[in-house]
Amino acid sequence: MTAPAIEAVDVSRTYQLDGVSVPALRGVSLTVAPGDYVALVGPSGSGKSTLMHLLGGLDRPTGGRLAIGGREVGSLSPGELAALRNETIGFVFQAFHLLPRTSAVDNVALPLVYRGVGARQRRERAAAMLGRVGLGHRLDHRPNQLSGGEQQRVAIARALVTDPTVLLADEPTGNLDSVTGAAVLELLERLNAESGVALVMVTHDHEVAARARRRIAMRDGVVVADSADERHDPPVSAGTGRPDTLVPAPSAESRSASGSGPGHPSGGTGGAAGATGRRAGEGPAGDAPAVPADEEAVP
Amino acid sequence: MRLAEAWRVALDALRANRLRSALTMLGVIIGVASVVILVAIGTGTKQKVEQQVEGLGSNLLLVVPGRIDVGSAPALSPLTLDDVDAVSRVVGDPDRVAVTVASGATVRAGARSDFSTVQGVLETTPAVFTRELARGRYLTGSDVDTSRRVAVLGASVARALFPDRDPVGQQVTVSGVRFRVIGVFAPLGQSLGVDRDDEVHVPVTAAQRLYGTQRIDGIAVKAPDRERIDELGGRIVAELTRRHPGTEFSAVTQEQILGVLGDILGILTGVLAAIAGISLLVGGVGVSNIMLVSVRERTREIGLRKAVGARPRDIGVQFLLEAVLLTSIGGLTGMALGVGTALTVAAVSPIPAAVTWWSLALAFGVSAAVGIVFGVVPAQRAGRLDPVVALRSE
Repeated sequence: MTAPAIEAVDVSRTYQLDGVSVPALRGVSLTVAPGDYVALVGPSGSGKSTLMHLLGGLDRPTGGRLAIGGREVGSLSPGELAALRNETIGFVFQAFHLLPRTSAVDNVALPLVYRGVGARQRRERAAAMLGRVGLGHRLDHRPNQLSGGEQQRVAIARALVTDPTVLLADEPTGNLDSVTGAAVLELLERLNAESGVALVMVTHDHEVAARARRRIAMRDGVVVADSADERHDPPVSAGTGRPDTLVPAPSAESRSASGSGPGHPSGGTGGAAGATGRRAGEGPAGDAPAVPADEEAVP
Repeated sequence: MRLAEAWRVALDALRANRLRSALTMLGVIIGVASVVILVAIGTGTKQKVEQQVEGLGSNLLLVVPGRIDVGSAPALSPLTLDDVDAVSRVVGDPDRVAVTVASGATVRAGARSDFSTVQGVLETTPAVFTRELARGRYLTGSDVDTSRRVAVLGASVARALFPDRDPVGQQVTVSGVRFRVIGVFAPLGQSLGVDRDDEVHVPVTAAQRLYGTQRIDGIAVKAPDRERIDELGGRIVAELTRRHPGTEFSAVTQEQILGVLGDILGILTGVLAAIAGISLLVGGVGVSNIMLVSVRERTREIGLRKAVGARPRDIGVQFLLEAVLLTSIGGLTGMALGVGTALTVAAVSPIPAAVTWWSLALAFGVSAAVGIVFGVVPAQRAGRLDPVVALRSE
């Protein structure tokens, strides 16, 4: 067994909003193995964006232990954390986040700038990476000269140009039409298979989530189901593996069960605590439109 | 991130907002240009004054009653021609001693008149001071001894009274007394704010009679050499003090005059530069302001850069360089504008201006420093942005 790319043990994240503590994550334990293909699902405010930021080293947990690439996140300075992100993590965002007025190749080369790679080598590596995502003919186009799908491919190339161990994709197809989205998804899957980069993808889309080898469902700041656990311990949640069924009914045990792993009928929507958690999560993790939180998870 | 890379990024950012960058620079440009211009005018004035004081002649010692000091009022002179003889004995050479008794008077010639400074002098004046004649001759010893009513006209007096004739041999009237013009000075221009072409020289004896006085205003001595000038001054002062107990006398050299004037002009230049410096400061505040706006506008970019591995320091340096670039480019432009204006002013107006290298270096250094000082706060703010919050900003 290789060392986990990311290991989280009882990780929590609490935000201080106007002096009020609001928990966004309440004890999450999971590991991402090299080459994993994980879909992170859950309703808005369930804490999946917060978890995503933690897994990517953009944020630090307020409780628990989080190691990225074997390095303890809590002990790193912001500068060291930035270097760790640069070395081990690639990000793909829903809104692409490409620099305007900057060519595709320069956008892709951006992480290498902070790694101290020289200009010529940067361009070579960025161009090669753009070739791998099928944009070898668009090197000097600027984002506004590219279609949405092409822009997301540029973003993917940027995420992978540093040879990261984990690719974190936050709703990578969310801003794309279904055909383009499917193509981008196929690209991500191909890169995952080819280069062995672990792919962790936040998604609302059940069809997208269904394609992942592993699905983690979140609700109210805790992991309520992890299909990796099912394989080891099938009786727990005798579901079909479809994400819908990964979200159990509200349970009074939700808090004590949070993140404790297999063997628990863990759930997170129970009672007032769940409601608080959900509302809290929307502040810092407000990445979704104001739809009723449960709508997508429990259709 | 490499520094060269950071410069490129900063330059790109400035280019992306050309108009805003230019307007922000304008504050610095105006500030630097005014510093350069005002220092140039101050320096130019000082140089001109120095030239003029030195142009009076070399190794000059001016003996006047009272103390020469900034802010002291001129004292009424107790000196007479007898004192001049005594000073001549101290000096050992009467030809090195000149005197003046001066008064403003209207000089007339026919229907024309000109208000000028009528100076009673000895025949030694051209030897002691540097004066050259354009026409005719200067006063002689016998002119002085016999109080002859002859006059040597300054260039502008001659031009005013005799625009179309040779003045030599003509008559002029000073306070109702007729004088014969025997010579005309070569033009000298202004000296210490006094139009030296506006002088009329007459024998000191004739002037004293004209003004009804025995006094003379001051004595000028041309010292034989520079080394002994202070010692000679001391002896002259001692002799005069002996002759006029209770009266203070001063013997000042050109260096001392220059020192006093230099101090005054230095203070003046400093004050002007400080006022101009304030505008540079205001320009710096503008830079700070725009950088804060820029940080806010580019919050998402900052978030992205951080996500892909930019350390807080990388982001801070990027924004700091941007501010420094703004003020440095503004500084260089301001310098060019300042030098151009100063040279133009010097060329087309009587205001002297001399651009000095140190003022340029200072102006550029200060503008770059302004960028650092006023860029630090926005840069720190950018560097400290939480990447999660930054990525989510609109």
